[in-house]
Amino acid sequence: MAGKYEAGVKEYRQTYWAPDYVPLDSDILACFKIVPQPGVDREEAAAAVAAESSTGTWTTVWTDLLTDLDYYKGRAYRIEDVPGDDTSFYAFVAYPIDLFEEGSVVNVFTSLVGNVFGFKAVRSLRLEDVRFPLHYVMTCNGPPHGIQVERDKMDKYGRPMLGCTIKPKLGLSAKNYGRAVYEALRGGLDFTKDDENVNSQPFMRWRDRFLFVADAIHNAEAQTGERKGHYLNVTAPSPEEMYERAEFAKELRMPIIMHDYLTGGFCANTGLARWCRKNGVLLHIHRAMHAVIDRNPHHGIHFRVLTKALRLSGGDHLHTGTVVGKLEGDRASTLGWIDLLRESYIPEDRNRGIFFDQDWGAMPGAFAVASGGIHVWHMPSLLAIFGDDAVFQFGGGTLGHPWGNAAGAAANRVALEACVEARNRGVDVEKEGKAILTNAARHSPELKIALETWKEIKFEFDTVDKLDVQNR
Amino acid sequence: MADVQEYKQVRRYETFSYLPPLSAEQTRAQIQYIIAQGWNPAVEHIEPNRPFTYYWYMWKLPMFGERNADTVLAEIEACRREYPNHLIRLIGYDNYTQSQGLSFVVHRGS
Repeated sequence: MAGKYEAGVKEYRQTYWAPDYVPLDSDILACFKIVPQPGVDREEAAAAVAAESSTGTWTTVWTDLLTDLDYYKGRAYRIEDVPGDDTSFYAFVAYPIDLFEEGSVVNVFTSLVGNVFGFKAVRSLRLEDVRFPLHYVMTCNGPPHGIQVERDKMDKYGRPMLGCTIKPKLGLSAKNYGRAVYEALRGGLDFTKDDENVNSQPFMRWRDRFLFVADAIHNAEAQTGERKGHYLNVTAPSPEEMYERAEFAKELRMPIIMHDYLTGGFCANTGLARWCRKNGVLLHIHRAMHAVIDRNPHHGIHFRVLTKALRLSGGDHLHTGTVVGKLEGDRASTLGWIDLLRESYIPEDRNRGIFFDQDWGAMPGAFAVASGGIHVWHMPSLLAIFGDDAVFQFGGGTLGHPWGNAAGAAANRVALEACVEARNRGVDVEKEGKAILTNAARHSPELKIALETWKEIKFEFDTVDKLDVQNR
Repeated sequence: MADVQEYKQVRRYETFSYLPPLSAEQTRAQIQYIIAQGWNPAVEHIEPNRPFTYYWYMWKLPMFGERNADTVLAEIEACRREYPNHLIRLIGYDNYTQSQGLSFVVHRGS
């Protein structure tokens, strides 16, 4: 039985702070990092976040009494200190599963990171992690194919795959672009890639690019005897154009296409992932705009959450950072979200920034893609960090070879295979990396030159977004 | 251009085909790796002109539960004697992922 209607403003904690609540297995759980405004205490701020991301608004309304708000509301059920940071705290919020449309990453994020992020009572807010219950996972399509099916289709076993983003990223004509693709693939790469900015510009319209790339792939396959692909970027101004491009890639018998899931949006991505499963085309996912959302330690969405969003929405590859290259990435934290992308059950592990157990059930995993500023000298570390279920993408590290793309590709392939062969023999590849590569170069002039060309390049800047640990 | 080398195109056979052919000892180490992962070794072969097809001829059946690398090496050798001109590959079937944990060509034909 409902109480009487009393108009006015109530403290959020009266309704949304529930320290005794035991979350249900089916609840969606979220961990927020909150910096409250001065004068707002932790419980009130946590309750406010729970309210504004679920059923609440700033004042009581009479229609609240027409429903069972106690059932539908989000509950802030726990507060924790952030190690090494007195300005913020963690608030854990449980949401009943009924608050979210089935299979809709769009709907979940509209609630969890919607209006609440502009809310005045908090100074800044970051969504650190989300536990998606298996009940919800099962309503989502997920990766169109997943790691095992992609390996079977591409016939690549026992090693990471190799890729390369074609450069210069903008300005090549379609025919010259196809040449760069062909050279890299015939030299030994498994995949080449459209850069994220490559859509359908005046200098290279998408249909011309697709046609020349298809010729490059078919020829490289015939001449090497290996299966090849190029991530044809179908990211487009509108869904209709996106599907038109995807259909043409399929018509050309291309094995894989590509989408930018943040700039393209979750709605477009989920639709495209469903199309990919229906049409047997693999889906590579780029993450342009992620650093805008995930880099600030006090505001935004952590990348581990964006990783989960992608796995639910669908993609067979996702860029995860390299740890060793030119882009941001803390090793332990990166290993955490790589597991979230690939494994079927990931237990809570605060040392890797994982706040909840996550059970994906039968949902396939996706390949982690390491791309950006990496070259042959990084190969041993990349293999040690990522293991086999990854794609290593050497853009400059392939195209920048003094003898051209094919030689650059061959150098990378020799280096990779030498490291895998050694690892399988029980060698510590990170420790013995130099010996492995130097030895392999005795049989590969391409690798020898590559090792000489890139010896000195390092990227040793401190990571901006680190794990929250004491005494950092 | 004098210091630039042309890249010579040759046919490849996926994993390890960019390395010189593995020695018997190196092959044994890979078999031991397959066994240590809990995978099931298997030998397959095909005419050298059509390696691109997914399905090669199975040499007998996968060696389920085989723990002895010498047994596997002996089957590779028996297959090679029977089909000296064929490509021969070694596979580690991973029944957990329902895929192949490793697959590489051990004999590139004579």
